[in-house]
Amino acid sequence: MSATTFPRPRTALAPSPLKRRRAARVGFASTFTVNALLILGCAYMVLPVLWLFFASTKNTADLYGTAAYAFGHPAFFDNVVAVLSQDGGVFLRWMANSMFYAAFGAVFGGLISVMAGYAFDKFQFRGKDSFFGIVLVGVLIPNTATVLPMYLLASVFGITNTIWAVLIPVLCNPFGVYLARVYSAAYVPAETLEAARVDGAGAIRSFFSLGLPMMLPGYITIALFQFVGVWNNFMLPLVMLQDQQLLPVSVGISIWQGYAVPQPEFTPLVITGSLLSIVPLLLAFIMLQRFWKSGLTAGSVK
Amino acid sequence: MVNLAPTKPASRVAAAPTSTIRKPRGLSGTGGRTAALFLTPFFAVFALAMVAPVIYSIVLSFFAQQKSGLGFGEAKTAFVGLENYLQVLQSEAFVGGIGRLALYCALYIPCMVGGAVAFALLLDAAVARARKLFQLFVFLPHAVPGVIAALIWAYMYTPGVSPIVSVLETGGISLNFLDAHLILPSIVNIAVWEWTGYNVIVLFTALQAVPREVLEAARVDGAGEIRAALSIKLPLILPALSVIMLFTVIGTLQLFTEPSIISKATASVTSTWVPNMWAYDAAFNRHNLNQAAAASIIIALMAAVLSWAVTRFSSRMNKA
Repeated sequence: MSATTFPRPRTALAPSPLKRRRAARVGFASTFTVNALLILGCAYMVLPVLWLFFASTKNTADLYGTAAYAFGHPAFFDNVVAVLSQDGGVFLRWMANSMFYAAFGAVFGGLISVMAGYAFDKFQFRGKDSFFGIVLVGVLIPNTATVLPMYLLASVFGITNTIWAVLIPVLCNPFGVYLARVYSAAYVPAETLEAARVDGAGAIRSFFSLGLPMMLPGYITIALFQFVGVWNNFMLPLVMLQDQQLLPVSVGISIWQGYAVPQPEFTPLVITGSLLSIVPLLLAFIMLQRFWKSGLTAGSVK
Repeated sequence: MVNLAPTKPASRVAAAPTSTIRKPRGLSGTGGRTAALFLTPFFAVFALAMVAPVIYSIVLSFFAQQKSGLGFGEAKTAFVGLENYLQVLQSEAFVGGIGRLALYCALYIPCMVGGAVAFALLLDAAVARARKLFQLFVFLPHAVPGVIAALIWAYMYTPGVSPIVSVLETGGISLNFLDAHLILPSIVNIAVWEWTGYNVIVLFTALQAVPREVLEAARVDGAGEIRAALSIKLPLILPALSVIMLFTVIGTLQLFTEPSIISKATASVTSTWVPNMWAYDAAFNRHNLNQAAAASIIIALMAAVLSWAVTRFSSRMNKA
């Protein structure tokens, strides 16, 4: 108000003390608001997982009788023992199956994708754009849309209810090819390959001794994404496998959930089993943070 | 570009008089053969796991198992043309499932994408603290498989176990998240929980790439934090946003895991609740493989058309 009587040059360098105080107050208010909203968002993300942790420490009676985020009679170890000994230790078998399917898809599916992506980036050949177009169509078709067709074909060959029904589909990762092309362009300089060629190295040798080592971070990222994809897959193994001994943990737990509807004493098994089944992925994510972040960037920004 | 040494001299002689730029292309014969070596494994599994199953399903979808006369004796396979497709599209449950899926998309996409944009912008605000920790927390749900996420939320919705229901009850509100009216938003919430954090990280990474000088210039011009976020940062992350939209649309059509798990906890989710569940039910409960094949082809076609539309739309948006 007083500014009208005593006009002052407006300068960013010397705000009035009053203005500065108000700026500080606004600064505090916005710092508080922004961080409070962030905490609220994180609470939404974390609380359900935290609930799983608390619930896994309770027996059936406490699960219904105590507050959600409080401890009851400590029963965590009893629950773990129950999970591991149910049906002759089938849970461990499920975990091992999941690990095997996911690792197989990650290592071999990843390698197949990296080789194809490298070829799309480094070689010139006729029909390259059309072939890459086919890969992109593969990226756009939802997984679940091809699961039943795969089942129908697999039953013709009589390979349903065998590990091959799960292992062959997890090798196919069109999005990995797309990522690998981006990584190949970023990590493998054409000059290096040219030098190898002058030294007399063939294309295959220069891929395995130069290209692949240079693309290793990309390979790990693609493998990690594939590992998570296979570990989380539900519809494919549900459709393909009937033998309990072949199931991955995702389908196994959903079967236990079915048991828990008529028999509530099964509930702690479902809950504790769920908690145990997310531990490997959590560890993989925390240890390999650098790689999944680079994969997210390559996949979306470019 | 990588070629074997022996072919080079000959081609250099041939190509030298015309142009130097075309030289690598002139060697595409050998490039093609080596490329084939690298591409064969991928296209072989692609053919086995995608092309062949789809072709076989198309063939299967034109046939039906028909019993002769009074329904006794062996069933025969007969060509029925588009009969299966008509039956699928005339099924009230299948069409209802498409409607439900459309409603799910209409609710899920704005909530998830809007939430991810808002959270990423907050995280990128100058006053945000402990960014690394927030990122780790927000990404946590992505490490939880869809089956387990659906299971956790099924318990979060079940009265007696659910902390949410009990908090609401102390506030005098009684809600049943699993009844027929609320089941769709309840399932949307599961998907929002699973996918928002993943996309927050994608968008936050894109935001970090926004040149700081541009934001500094805006600040000098007197733009506040909110103004800068909406009219500078947001337009600059549009490419990342359109990729997210594309993958979100493809993802929503996959909807199967969450409703299948929830269907065991409530009768509000039927066994044919979404098109994928309808196709599964046709194959494994009604044992009509031909109809299941037709339904799968319809779902794949819908997905193809939708993702094509989103790609077109987003490329136009990015050009504008």
